[in-house]
Amino acid sequence: MEQVGLFPVLAVSAALFLLGVIGVLTRRNILIVLMSVELMLNAVNLSFVAFARHHGTLDGHVFAVFVMAVAAAEAGVGLALVILLYRNRHKVDLDDLNLLKG
Amino acid sequence: MFEALLFYTFSVLAVFAGAMVITRRNAASSAIALVASFFCLASMYAMLGAHFVAVIQILVYAGAIMVLFIFVIMVLNLREDNDPGWNLSPRAVLGAGVGGLVGLTVFVGASAARSATFMPADKLDPGFGTIEQIGYTLFSGRYLLPFEVVSALLTVAVVGAVVLAKKEL
Repeated sequence: MEQVGLFPVLAVSAALFLLGVIGVLTRRNILIVLMSVELMLNAVNLSFVAFARHHGTLDGHVFAVFVMAVAAAEAGVGLALVILLYRNRHKVDLDDLNLLKG
Repeated sequence: MFEALLFYTFSVLAVFAGAMVITRRNAASSAIALVASFFCLASMYAMLGAHFVAVIQILVYAGAIMVLFIFVIMVLNLREDNDPGWNLSPRAVLGAGVGGLVGLTVFVGASAARSATFMPADKLDPGFGTIEQIGYTLFSGRYLLPFEVVSALLTVAVVGAVVLAKKEL
């Protein structure tokens, strides 16, 4: 990877994170919003791993492992919420959930 | 040269698959595109010397988490015709635009590091990225308490998921 350098890796990470942000903000399907969140978490992981390689330390890898554990917890609870929502409303539309909207 | 070519191939594939995730109307297609993106990212991790993280990426992400997603899509029997589509209200579009602007700023900021290179491979610790070295970092000193907190978080998440999704306790 010495010929590639740090910047292209960070650019890929930024592009993936941006796609995730756009997905979260513009999709109404709650499952696809959850998948966009996973995409953002992965983009951050790529940055962690790239900086770990840049500095030659392993702290970035440890953080990536932590992020994966948190992502697993988030996916588990999020999908339980999706099932609960579908059971009550027979829809996966996020715009239905506007009770707390100002 | 070959490595750079591989890296660029996988990065283009990863970004393309990411774009597919947020544009497909069928949630199952999105999930498959996300798996493709995860595999491309795993290969990039391997190229960056993060062998353990690459394996965990495939086992935990492409394996466990995506199976959970696909399982839920199958259970709910979601098809294209019950996809609610896009939220293109001014507020959402503005948010996405501001997000894009912030992303562009970060991108410009990162381009200050355009000349930053990776440490030459022969200067790296020979055990860089192996389970053994990550285990030492994880279990000795600084990261021991966060590790225990993460295990508590996972337990809470499992209990919470069961409580939420079960019809009656």
